[in-house]
Amino acid sequence: MIAYTLLAGLLFGLYFSLVAVGLNLVFGVMRLINLAHGDFLMLGAFLAYGLYTAAGVNPVYAIPAEIVAFVLAGIALYYAVVPRLLSSRDPEMLSFILLFGLSQIIEALAVIAFGNDQRAIPATVFGARPVTVFGQTFPAAWVVSGVVSAAAILAVYLYLYRSRLGYATRAVMASRDEAASTGINVHRVSAIALGVGLALAAVAGAFSPFMLGSIEPDMGIRITTVSFAVIVIGSLGNPLGTVLGGLVYGLGLMLMETYFPSWADMLPYVLLILILLIRPSGLLGQRVRLA
Amino acid sequence: MDYWAKGCGLPRGGWYSVGVVALFIVLPFVYGNHDLLFNMMMYLALAQGINVLFGFTGYLPFGYVGFFGSGAYGASLAVLLLHLPPVLALLVGAVIAVLLALLLAPLLRLSGAYFAIASLAASEVVYYIVSNPHLESLTQGPYGISLARAYDADASYAAMVVVLALAFGVVVYLRNSHLGLALQAIREEPVSAEFAGVNVVRERTCAWLLSAALAGLAGGTYAWHVSVFYPKSVFDLNISVFAIVFTLFGGVATLLGPIVGTLLLYGLYNWIGISQPEYFQLVFGIVIVMLVLFLPNGLASLLRRVNVHVP
Repeated sequence: MIAYTLLAGLLFGLYFSLVAVGLNLVFGVMRLINLAHGDFLMLGAFLAYGLYTAAGVNPVYAIPAEIVAFVLAGIALYYAVVPRLLSSRDPEMLSFILLFGLSQIIEALAVIAFGNDQRAIPATVFGARPVTVFGQTFPAAWVVSGVVSAAAILAVYLYLYRSRLGYATRAVMASRDEAASTGINVHRVSAIALGVGLALAAVAGAFSPFMLGSIEPDMGIRITTVSFAVIVIGSLGNPLGTVLGGLVYGLGLMLMETYFPSWADMLPYVLLILILLIRPSGLLGQRVRLA
Repeated sequence: MDYWAKGCGLPRGGWYSVGVVALFIVLPFVYGNHDLLFNMMMYLALAQGINVLFGFTGYLPFGYVGFFGSGAYGASLAVLLLHLPPVLALLVGAVIAVLLALLLAPLLRLSGAYFAIASLAASEVVYYIVSNPHLESLTQGPYGISLARAYDADASYAAMVVVLALAFGVVVYLRNSHLGLALQAIREEPVSAEFAGVNVVRERTCAWLLSAALAGLAGGTYAWHVSVFYPKSVFDLNISVFAIVFTLFGGVATLLGPIVGTLLLYGLYNWIGISQPEYFQLVFGIVIVMLVLFLPNGLASLLRRVNVHVP
């Protein structure tokens, strides 16, 4: 029982890292909290659902389409609003409110386009046989989601630490002004980071029917809050810290669901408040927050 | 400083609030949809409650509905378990909301978006506790509350008029007092405010408790008015969101801004929002985005541009 819980926690932990890592990347680069993060995940889920129902496309093969569509959407969104916001009087609060408005727009358009019904992709799309990992048996969809998440996070690592673009991205994270003064095209780097952030959310969305329950237009805000909890637990502004946050959250969730199921829904919120009050810089944080 | 406008017996903005309150006393005699009037008053009061906190101190309480819900539950349980008369029960609801605010006061150490999300999380925690099936013997869990015995549409309407007058009173007071000025100083520059002799922690806690008390009163009165409700309906995030956007739309830190914002947007909601909520949500989202991009200080800033004082 405990081995099953821990392994399931690991799979879900990897998946929640993927759900949240885009939010943290965007925060790290632009210092804005993308309140529409969960709504982009929802759109990614609907794209995967659409591809599955229209052409029987397996969600794993939907990933390239998700990446192309959402990187482009992110770049467009960046140039449409972000430079204007960052130069305003109170960028943090104003962007927060603006992205909340965007989340309302996306949710409303999703209801208008897809209706309020709950959708699902049958988990048998990955084969009907459960998979055995270290002697414990899991639904194949969980294992596939875990593996895809791990691969996506590895890709984020390669992007940030093994590419020229990632080098520039980390410079912008450290200081926007200094990066600009060394000749980095801050807007281009940030626009791509926003695109990558949204694409990561969309890829997570393709697997949400198996990990988060059915797809519905109003799932966004809940997922944004959970993602925020995960990145705060890890460390704000440090994308790879998200993995630690995701694992802590995934294990916590599985333990709660096994031992105190009726209280499990409260977990992300309680964790979020506790971490914000006790250790606002997160488990991996080093910097001391002012005031 | 002229705290009191010359020539009339009320502080600046006082007459507007008296006018709006009088309107809601007269309207039920000529207009049949009392529930609409009641909800309008409720959002007017909640928007002013948001205004007290967000307008004057800059803390954006996404989880404001937590105080509304705990006021609703506090008042209802006072009626059901302690058998108090409804008017006293409303005060119990307000006290519960204030106690919750005291418990959550450490959240004020967080700033900006962190506070907004942490307060949202706090209201979710309260919701999950209240609606937990294990607490059915106390709160009836997810099955909701029925106050059929205490139901009184007219008395609860009158109570909401009083709550509305109180909410206006608080904002008029803040607009014309040292406390209001101190709070706005904290919003703009907390460190300098502290240097200037403002007790930052005490003043902002004061605004936090005032705003929680208003939401608690509004929540209790709402519970009394509808008399049957579920945890989902009194902890609905949309209640916070409506009150916040109404306030922002009209203009924060003014008395008239939230009034105008609520009348226009809640009017719009009743026009298209009830039959087709998704189209209302779309308009609502577009309004929010446009506000931030083109009018971050709300409608009131349009008047200020042409040098009209907004009370």
